[in-house]
Amino acid sequence: MTESTKKEKLKEVFLESGIPVKPVYTRKDVEDCRMEEELPGQYPFTRGIHAEMYRKRPFTIRQYAGFASPEETNERFHFLLENGQTGLNVAFDLPTQCGLDSDSPEAYGEVGRVGMTVDSLEDFEIAFQNIDLNQITVSLTINGAAIVLIAMYFALAEKWGYDISQLRGTAQNDILKEFIGRGTWIFPVDKSVKLVVDTIEYCAQHVPKYSPVSVCGYHIRESGANPVQEMAYAFCIAKAYSDGSLRRGLDIDEFASRLSFNFDIHGNFFEQVAKFRGGRRLWAKIMREEYHAQNDNSCWLRMIAGGGGGGLTKEQPENNIIRSAYYALVSALSGTQTMALCSYDEAYTIPTEKAAELSLRTMQILIHETGVCDTADPLGGSYYVEALTSRFEEEIREEMIKVEAWGGIEQAIETGKIQESVSRQAYIRETGLQQGTIPKVGLNMFVREEEAKPVDFHPYNEEAANRQIAKVRRLREHRDNAKVNKLLAHIREDAMADRNLMPSIIAAVKEYATVGEVIGVLKACYGKFQEPIFI
Amino acid sequence: MKILLSKPGLDGHDVGVKVLAYALKDAGFDVAYTGLRKSVEEILEMAQKQQADVIGLSILSGTHLIIAEHFRNCMKERGIQIPWVVGGNIPARDVDPLMKLGPDKVFPTGTQLKEVVEYFKSLT
Repeated sequence: MTESTKKEKLKEVFLESGIPVKPVYTRKDVEDCRMEEELPGQYPFTRGIHAEMYRKRPFTIRQYAGFASPEETNERFHFLLENGQTGLNVAFDLPTQCGLDSDSPEAYGEVGRVGMTVDSLEDFEIAFQNIDLNQITVSLTINGAAIVLIAMYFALAEKWGYDISQLRGTAQNDILKEFIGRGTWIFPVDKSVKLVVDTIEYCAQHVPKYSPVSVCGYHIRESGANPVQEMAYAFCIAKAYSDGSLRRGLDIDEFASRLSFNFDIHGNFFEQVAKFRGGRRLWAKIMREEYHAQNDNSCWLRMIAGGGGGGLTKEQPENNIIRSAYYALVSALSGTQTMALCSYDEAYTIPTEKAAELSLRTMQILIHETGVCDTADPLGGSYYVEALTSRFEEEIREEMIKVEAWGGIEQAIETGKIQESVSRQAYIRETGLQQGTIPKVGLNMFVREEEAKPVDFHPYNEEAANRQIAKVRRLREHRDNAKVNKLLAHIREDAMADRNLMPSIIAAVKEYATVGEVIGVLKACYGKFQEPIFI
Repeated sequence: MKILLSKPGLDGHDVGVKVLAYALKDAGFDVAYTGLRKSVEEILEMAQKQQADVIGLSILSGTHLIIAEHFRNCMKERGIQIPWVVGGNIPARDVDPLMKLGPDKVFPTGTQLKEVVEYFKSLT
């Protein structure tokens, strides 16, 4: 047999992003790469944003958790602080996420179901009771109603006498990805972006240590996008927020270092590593070459990269423990700043404590036993990884150009182009999984008969929901309604005059205007998003 | 046969319903989709307007029992008598209580696409 016929017999391999993979990579494949000049901590940061990376400080572990009431959240905060932890992700229920009060008819059956309910500042006062806001960093997982919740957090801090110029914390506040996946949008696209830019501008001027936006490729990927699209769409979104902020007269270095990213890990190991390395290089170049950022930290792709639920299966769920360990390894080898993992039982139920502990231990074993923290970018210099890194940089850039051809990210979302491209891919992937062309152990290969899994939700606590409803009704009776109405009118005026809404929203929520009332005023001014239907 | 797929309630998880819409279209069905966060009343209005032969509700936030009950009541009030089905993140133990509320079929967590497609074929 000749060498060439032997080669033909090897099966072709393509990554999920469509990139072909050779059977072997050599020096020739990296001739165009400038890998010998690249160093961790140096522009364009392909090898990591810090020189010493985890040798100096390992990645942060941050798990997501939801608690139904402000009272429970407060208990949890105290527990965490007593155990030496300093951060918590706060999940909100769907009415809060959609800007509805607990007593709104649309909220029926949803109050406190998937996270904490917040109607007014009163709820924040309970949630953060006896907590030193300088000691903790709170991450608010909120998008559609983000401006109100961020304003409420600042209002609380001011009311309690904190200097907000020193206040730290983060908000997800990435509304553009909500139109692509997750779906808690409220206002039309342009007005939605305006509100995000209001928070960026306000923070740059008054709360400079706060991270007002975490751009989420994660949910875009979970909705069906391939790894190239995950990065490309996230970068287009981050650029849209940056462009809006520049139009306000801000300098790129005044806000770029406070933008962070949230990415997803599942699928091909090397594809993910290259995605992050190539993405980091490209983002740095975009910031420096297109936006002329002077500061290095404006060019950093700061990220949380975690094992995504999209890679886990309900079948043979223990396999997810192994998958998650690989995802965690990818995340560490990709130089993430923060890591989170889905629990192995999360594909079908509320994570048990045991499962949540296993996720934590997976990351701790990685940090303390495997040596991944000893040296920065241990995969740097691998022919395959470096070649793929450069390929990813190119592919992401090309995908971004495609979005430009659709009229830019905002228009592509308004017309549904992005949503359609993502959901079509979700269909192709699902069909591939069900037909077995995309291999998945336990799902379409090495399958065994299994007992039905105990799919479960937290039982709905109707009593607690009713208490919350009574609380907001009582509040409306006892607050100074004349004052509240005047302050809501201010928000309306500012919205109509296209001014930054943060000051008037902070003033209104301080007097206990509710989330639903503030969002209601904005709905009356801006209208609602008309979802493009392409099916 | 015209199928109206819908997302009642506040839940924004629409990957599943869109994937199903594509699968049903590929199988030759006429499929319409309501979009996110529609009230039960809006869904029924769309069903009447579009002359749907069957309505599918996709619910992943855990509110399936509450929404299904409201849906049944509104159908009765309006005198609408067409088949309706519920799918999404439905625990196995909720299938019986859900069926008692009157849908023609419930597709719990883990249902394969082809099972759903086969079911709709059986209606024609």
